Amino acid sequence: MTVVDPGVDPDLDPEDGVASNPYDPDESEGAISVIRRGIAASPELKRGVWLTAAMGISVALGQLAVPVLVQRTIDQGGLSDSGDVDIPAVTRLVVVVVAVVLFAAVANWRTQRRLLQRAEETLYRLRTDAFAKVHRLSVADHNDTRKGILLARVTSDVEALAQFVQWGFFIWVTSPVLILGMLAVLAVYSWPLAVVVAVCFMPALPLFRWVQRRQLQANDAHRTAVGTMLSSFSEAVTGAAVIRAYGVQTRQAEHLQRSIDLRYRTKLRANRYMALVFVIADLFAAIAFSGVLVLGVMFRDQLGIEAGELVASLFIVLLIAGPIAQLSEVLDSTQGAVSAWRKVLHLIDSPVDVADPVPGLVTPAGPVAIEVEDLSFSYRVGPRVLDGVSISIPSGTNVAIVGETGSGKTTFAKLLCRLADPQEGSIRLNGVEIREMSGTSRLDTVRMVPQDGFLFDASIGDNIRFGRPGATDDDIAHAVDLLELGWWVERLPDGLLTEAGERGSNLSVGERQLVALIRAALADPGLLILDEATSAVDPETDAALTGAIQRLSAGRTVVSIAHRLATAEASDCVVVFDAGRIAQMGPHHELVQEPGIYQRLHQAWIGATR
Amino acid sequence: MDLPAHSPSRSVLGLGLRLVVRMYRMHPLAASVAVFGAFLTAIGIVGSTVVIGWVTDNVVLPSFEPGSTIGLTDALWGVVAVACVAVIRSAGSVMRRYYAGMTTQQVERSLRERLGRYYLQLPMDFHQRSMAGRLIAHADNDTMMATHVLDPVPFTLGTFFLLIFAAISLITIDLTIAVIALLIFPAMYTLNRIYTVRIEAPTAAVQAGVGRVSSLAHESFDGALVVKTLGRAEAESERFNASSARLRNDRIHVGNLRAVFESSLDALPSLGIAAVVLIGAYRIDAGAMSGGDLVQVVSLFTLLAFPMRVLGFFLEMVPRSVVSHRRLQTVWNERLPEVRTAPSSERPRSSRASTLEVRNVSYTYPAVSRLDDDEDAEAGPRLIQTQAPQEILKDVSFSVAPGQVVAIVGGTAAGKSTLCSLIAGLTRPSAGLVALDGSDVIELPADTRADHVSLVFQESFLFADTIAENIAFGTPDRTRLDAAMAIAAADGFVSELPRGVETVVGERGVTLSGGQRQRIALARALYRQPGLIILDDATSAVDPVVEKRILDALRNQLDTTAVIVAQRLSTIELADSVVFLRKGTVAGAGQHGDLLQLPAYRSLVEAYEEAST
Repeated sequence: MTVVDPGVDPDLDPEDGVASNPYDPDESEGAISVIRRGIAASPELKRGVWLTAAMGISVALGQLAVPVLVQRTIDQGGLSDSGDVDIPAVTRLVVVVVAVVLFAAVANWRTQRRLLQRAEETLYRLRTDAFAKVHRLSVADHNDTRKGILLARVTSDVEALAQFVQWGFFIWVTSPVLILGMLAVLAVYSWPLAVVVAVCFMPALPLFRWVQRRQLQANDAHRTAVGTMLSSFSEAVTGAAVIRAYGVQTRQAEHLQRSIDLRYRTKLRANRYMALVFVIADLFAAIAFSGVLVLGVMFRDQLGIEAGELVASLFIVLLIAGPIAQLSEVLDSTQGAVSAWRKVLHLIDSPVDVADPVPGLVTPAGPVAIEVEDLSFSYRVGPRVLDGVSISIPSGTNVAIVGETGSGKTTFAKLLCRLADPQEGSIRLNGVEIREMSGTSRLDTVRMVPQDGFLFDASIGDNIRFGRPGATDDDIAHAVDLLELGWWVERLPDGLLTEAGERGSNLSVGERQLVALIRAALADPGLLILDEATSAVDPETDAALTGAIQRLSAGRTVVSIAHRLATAEASDCVVVFDAGRIAQMGPHHELVQEPGIYQRLHQAWIGATR
Repeated sequence: MDLPAHSPSRSVLGLGLRLVVRMYRMHPLAASVAVFGAFLTAIGIVGSTVVIGWVTDNVVLPSFEPGSTIGLTDALWGVVAVACVAVIRSAGSVMRRYYAGMTTQQVERSLRERLGRYYLQLPMDFHQRSMAGRLIAHADNDTMMATHVLDPVPFTLGTFFLLIFAAISLITIDLTIAVIALLIFPAMYTLNRIYTVRIEAPTAAVQAGVGRVSSLAHESFDGALVVKTLGRAEAESERFNASSARLRNDRIHVGNLRAVFESSLDALPSLGIAAVVLIGAYRIDAGAMSGGDLVQVVSLFTLLAFPMRVLGFFLEMVPRSVVSHRRLQTVWNERLPEVRTAPSSERPRSSRASTLEVRNVSYTYPAVSRLDDDEDAEAGPRLIQTQAPQEILKDVSFSVAPGQVVAIVGGTAAGKSTLCSLIAGLTRPSAGLVALDGSDVIELPADTRADHVSLVFQESFLFADTIAENIAFGTPDRTRLDAAMAIAAADGFVSELPRGVETVVGERGVTLSGGQRQRIALARALYRQPGLIILDDATSAVDPVVEKRILDALRNQLDTTAVIVAQRLSTIELADSVVFLRKGTVAGAGQHGDLLQLPAYRSLVEAYEEAST
């Protein structure tokens, strides 16, 4: 098969850096605003506020029981005045504490369970909303670069949030309550001591922020280094044949070594900051401990503090370092989670370009007459792809669209089946403006057979049935017969029950197109839009495709994006696109005589094959 | 100790410990520092409980006694003790964390270096029978998981030190209390163990669910255009929602388990402390211990809770690391070819076309296998054979005189690409011999083989490097580079690139079309001016007009023998002779006109002709 314009269709080139697109949200939006928007998007969260508070309090209650028990035992159990121990008093205390600890544990269990459930419901809704949104975006948003970003929104971004829910979130709930609770108990014993502890820990905050920033940078560098290393390995594996054919093992080994070393160094740098976080909290705890000890002993009378209270205070200072260190450790993952949340919300909130009217107009069945008037279109960024295109195609005509890569021919075909809406101009099918047609009527009337024969991981029969849900086996058999492809179906290992495999990988490119054609035949549309494959197909399948297309075309209006001379020759009318405009139009035999783009294209076709 | 039924069996634990020892031996220095750090941390933790007990007995309680003489000096002694303990603990903790990380990273680096060596030096058939994705995963996730077990090791060892010190300090305080305590620690350990074992399967289910959801999304977005043209967006959403709902339920299940165990693990030390306080009160009453001793024991319990958890992490990691390491082992079980140090039988590069002789060559394609995903730690990874060995070529013989152009023609799966690989000396024939100028092509030294015979592949592979580097690999000879690019018709578009031959492929949106990539790959072969050049359908994406120009130049401007796999009639007509392959055997050889007598050949060529119009 002759390929006139190989390579990527620049109609779908990535466009970067635009504010109002679903990919790059405004990074400057603050965390608070994100959280507010997030709560608005997921009402489940609002009901979780009380639960959250209850859980924080129950955890704090359980943990604070111990220092209070120590204090009470010393002060009321009689340990401080070296006399006899008041055993009944201690027993009563222990029973109370055990009751409190058990109650707190049960409360903790119940609230944590409920809270997690809420969080998972929210994540589920976020993920499925984002997924549904992706399929409602105009097709202009689906290209290779974009696909990766959209995929990240419903997978890794939601996962980042899920990870945060599992760890960081609980620390955010419990740690502040614990810290405040401990300070509160201290303040009850002696408020000046509580102030001293708070003041002693103050300088740790800027230090934490500094470590945090350095760590974030170090982590970024590490992530980049991992990417480089993996592509280096990927070269060694996917380029294995070339590496051996050209004997460049040594060169590749050096590349690999460099990237492995770089990853190692960046990881160590990131580890350095990790190692510091806990130590900072620990050292400041030692300072606070010393402060409380010295002041408590020196000014015990002025402070009005008892022995047990002072010991309990020392105890609390020892404990308070834990939640502080934990809180500082989750700051990092919190930033990641907030930014992931922002991205997912941005996708969900982005406007839909192509919305179907409800109820919408209905076109009658039968071949479609197309009226295109003054059509202009451009993607989010970039120049106009179509510029004032007008054409009228009578019903039942077979039109071939030709043009060089980037001439706008593919975009034109996409607008005909409303995969995107034009900025200016109109398209009328049998007199009905395409934007006013109901979704179902449009799908029944217009059917596109795309170039990439993408199949779902299901049986071939099911893949065909997607063309018209509810179609019976007889309908499918009829469609197969119509295209005279019975022999091909019989040759499949399990007939129509043969599994297509992931993306249709069990079939060749040409065979996947056959399935797409049968699918279109099942839908019986009045307007058929064919995007011819450019990739090579083996001769036998190629003959089958040509025959099937001919039979499918009978009695319909057909618009083909032609890459082959034969298709153009066989059409009723050839439309030549150039730089977003229609440059030439007419039957093949006339255009060939005219000097112009078509003649040049024709020369290349002929030259290539003879 | 009784462990639940599906805990890692002794053998896996044994394997894991042996793995740890083996990895530690690779980088003993950093590992030793980390363990020493853990030792210091343990001393620091127990030390801080001793200090708080001492301070209680000797500073705090006495100072509250009537007529106490305790003043600033005594308090300052307490401060000094606290400072010393804090410094020891912090230094130990930094050493442990940093050097434990370093050990893991050093081992990871060594494992990756080793993998890289194998990937680059193993013969081509290794790559043919392994999936690329699997090999990349080995270098990425598998290596990380294999070394994961090392992370908690110093802390775990530290926990053992800690338990020993704690036991000693408890016994010196009071035997009764020590016995109670020594009962509670195993209870915490067991609870931990049950938790890590119970959570393992649900966690794995969540992991699998994450994979399922993401591959579903991947498939669905890949087919976005089809989804749209078929109006299947809602059906796709339903499919995705079902899968997400399952993941959500699995996660909630894990969360419920965690809620139970986390709250129990939080409560257990507090309950232990309550018991200790009660018994302690009796012991103090009996005069067997002091108030400070009690405070010391209580704080020991508080501080020990976390290290007990780390022990659980370690046990959780063991089976995963053992499994991952076994996956790496599948690569290392291959035999590395001996690397020849001295360039043996180095032949001067033939500046003229070579003679090629293919004598009775047969080739059987090795079995293809993939790793079974549902593996368990004890059985180790299973390789599932996905494709049986296949005989691709059978007794193929032909010869090509210097300067001749031979076209290889054959339908799908006739063995054309395999034949190319055998002629280029990349693959060793199962039987027979490929002779280049009379000597076996497989014996040519790997690093200079391309100077004698260059193969251009169907799929053009470019390195993420400059175009010049992609062609010359090293400092290029400008004249030869320009000549090669001119013949390959690559000079035109390369000169239009922002930085010409210094443009880095794939960077800043410099994307090349399939045809352009093929022309660079072709220039790579031509640059070496080999005596034999093999084109394995290497111009399929090049515009036919340009292709003809390239092949003409190849013929007329170079003194080289050429073997060309042809898919177009125009290419076949260009060749001096044709070898017609069918199902791995030579079904005919000679002039194109003569071969047309063969019905099979004629119908194939006619199909090519048909397809191109």
